[in-house]
Amino acid sequence: MSNLVLARWQFGITTIYHFFFVPLSIGLVFMIAFMETMYVSRHDDTYKQMAKFWGKLFLINFSVGVVTGILQEFQFGMNWSDYSRFVGDVFGAPLAVEALASFFLESTFLGMWIFGWDRLSKRVHLTAIWLVAIGTTISAFWILTANSFMQEPVGYVVKNGHAEMSSFGALILNKQLWLEFPHVWLGAMATGAFFVLGISAWQLLRKQMPEAFKRSFQIAAVVALVSSILVGLVGHAQAQHLVHSQPMKMAASEALWNTSADVAPWTLVAGINPQTHTNSMQVQIPGMLSILSYNKLHGSVEGINQLQAQYVQKYGPGNYIPPVRTTFWSFRIMVFAGGLMILLGIWSVVAVVRNKLTTRKALLRIAVPAIALPYLANTMGWVMTEIGRQPWTVFGLLKTANSVSPTVSAGMVLTSLIGFTLIYGILAVLDVMLIVRYVKEGIDTTSAPTVSHSQPTIAPL
Amino acid sequence: MNLNILWFMLIAVLFIGFFFLEGFDFGIGILMPFLGKNDVERRVIINTIGPFWDGNEVWLLTAGGAMFAAFPNWYATLFSGFYFALFLLLVALIGRGVAFEFRSKYDNPKWRRTWDFIIFGGSLLPPLLWGVALANLMRGVPIDAKMNYVGSFWGLLNTYSVVGGAAMILLFVLHGSLFLSLKTEGELQQRARSVGLAVGAWTTVLMLFFVVLSYFDTDMFTRHGVDPGPVPILAGLALFSVQYFIRARHDGWAFAMTGLTIALSTVTVFMDLFPRVMVSSLNPNWSLTIYNAASNTYSLKVMTIVALTLVPIVLAYQIWTYWVFRRRVHLSDHLDY
Repeated sequence: MSNLVLARWQFGITTIYHFFFVPLSIGLVFMIAFMETMYVSRHDDTYKQMAKFWGKLFLINFSVGVVTGILQEFQFGMNWSDYSRFVGDVFGAPLAVEALASFFLESTFLGMWIFGWDRLSKRVHLTAIWLVAIGTTISAFWILTANSFMQEPVGYVVKNGHAEMSSFGALILNKQLWLEFPHVWLGAMATGAFFVLGISAWQLLRKQMPEAFKRSFQIAAVVALVSSILVGLVGHAQAQHLVHSQPMKMAASEALWNTSADVAPWTLVAGINPQTHTNSMQVQIPGMLSILSYNKLHGSVEGINQLQAQYVQKYGPGNYIPPVRTTFWSFRIMVFAGGLMILLGIWSVVAVVRNKLTTRKALLRIAVPAIALPYLANTMGWVMTEIGRQPWTVFGLLKTANSVSPTVSAGMVLTSLIGFTLIYGILAVLDVMLIVRYVKEGIDTTSAPTVSHSQPTIAPL
Repeated sequence: MNLNILWFMLIAVLFIGFFFLEGFDFGIGILMPFLGKNDVERRVIINTIGPFWDGNEVWLLTAGGAMFAAFPNWYATLFSGFYFALFLLLVALIGRGVAFEFRSKYDNPKWRRTWDFIIFGGSLLPPLLWGVALANLMRGVPIDAKMNYVGSFWGLLNTYSVVGGAAMILLFVLHGSLFLSLKTEGELQQRARSVGLAVGAWTTVLMLFFVVLSYFDTDMFTRHGVDPGPVPILAGLALFSVQYFIRARHDGWAFAMTGLTIALSTVTVFMDLFPRVMVSSLNPNWSLTIYNAASNTYSLKVMTIVALTLVPIVLAYQIWTYWVFRRRVHLSDHLDY
């Protein structure tokens, strides 16, 4: 395999793996901050125990997110040095701002939060966790500023053989960013919510600390419902923007080989043949694609073949079609998972409102495996976004094939790919193992500060 | 002063911050398995850096981000050129970062011993790699006309760079032992001090040896980007004084002096490199400089405004953390984590 193929695998694996941990961190920290706020304002110790319990799970997860994030930043230079040279002027800036504005904030105040329970006043301690939460959001904003530039390059001029930044404002006001950022952030809220929902449900089934886990279920149910609905609405707006900004990605995600009729049908499932550019056995909903694309009953959507011809005219000979099957199915799995999340959100909120939580065994049992739903949606969302942009790294500007490091050998990339994948595998197992362990242990109600003697107990957290 | 020079200085500052701060937590990570005789002592040792190490590491991430933004060609050449070294660095940092978090989450001696070993290895490898990398930056590496590194990983290993790596390890161990003596008490503190005394002498010898080798292996003595003047001599004097301060039980001063040694040595390296950021051993004209490696003026301007706004805020709250956790960690404390 060439270093290009291997570097792409490494990017894919690292990004997807990193993004298993990041959304949970973002979603969970806001819920912990909320619980601690309740503790400080209502002086109710149950909320403190809740914050500590979820805090432990947060920390186990956060640490893996952080360490894989280092690799995420470094691999642009390691595997994609020609990309870094070409767009460094533009792409490097949001990355540097991310480090300055959020990494310091998160790491410093998380340290204070972990070690500061007995050393800081309640309000300062509470401020620390809110600053961590704000830090995660700032971080998401700037990294998505960089990613949005790859989807929809703005604020640059090509000069001296590379892209030079011409407007920082344009980077921040990028239309793509203001759809992508809320979509990803709300997805993260949903991830945190379904995590808390599932674990609380499991504890309620076991009848462990029902008072505390009922409360966390209630909080999570509301967040799950609101964020699932909003993430869908923003996603819809994003798809409509896609029709104009990256029509090829849109066409590929619909497996739409030829420009559709004016009343465009939406393909629910299809057997896709990328060789012959045809679909067999498609199930379609009439007019639905027009509605999805334009919010009205008519309006045609451009097809892959027509766009390919246009792009050859515009960018020169070459294949501009992304892997259609992957783009098509990742989109559908994401939407399907999102739909289930909304249904489950409604069910949960109804159970909470009717105060029937403990008797709704079916709901509680389904909520546990439903933790996987947002993970599925997040991963598929990124697969669609990044694969659907191929063959470009920066849409219309720089191809993936021209981005790779020219002097790094395939053997080198393979070595690191195997090394990192092994480490990721081990960490994933340990991470899940520790989370399960701590969930089973439940809430620590004996968290009075220990004044210890010769053999001090080492209290977790 | 133009923006290219300002960014060169800012990146130097970020590396000084990284070496100064993470320097002591690397050193403590290396010492932890040896100085901590039992689990409680090891826990105490980790807690001396517990609230800080993560924030310290961000200095490296920020330095990387700043290089990317201000000098994309430097970032691209260095990171793709030193590929395998960076791979090892990342493995070390991943293992170490997770180890601090995972170690105490399961009360089992085998589990803890494994993570302690990873903390040790993950703290030993980065200073070695950074020492090797810095030595090679000064010595020059094969960079072609297209700014690409054309050497191998093994080409980075030579007597000069390995001595540089070893000196960096010892300097960080010394720095760490002094931080430890500031943050602990009793027997543990005594042990930290005696390690400081023992390691201090060797550090001085090795640093001097490295300077002598620099005379033969680099152009630092003959060609000055900026004449470093008394800076390297002050670095040497600071290192010299450490022994005295440890004996006199002025732990704070001793720690300040290793910190000063680290800062001034880094300053010397950057001054001698200036205006180059990577020296080509193939052709001096192919060296990367703060001009041919830089972003355009507009990017630098934007980044300058961002940095000058945010860096003071970051410094303020980081200093505040050290103030909040200024107390020594007692063996009898309620040990968080």
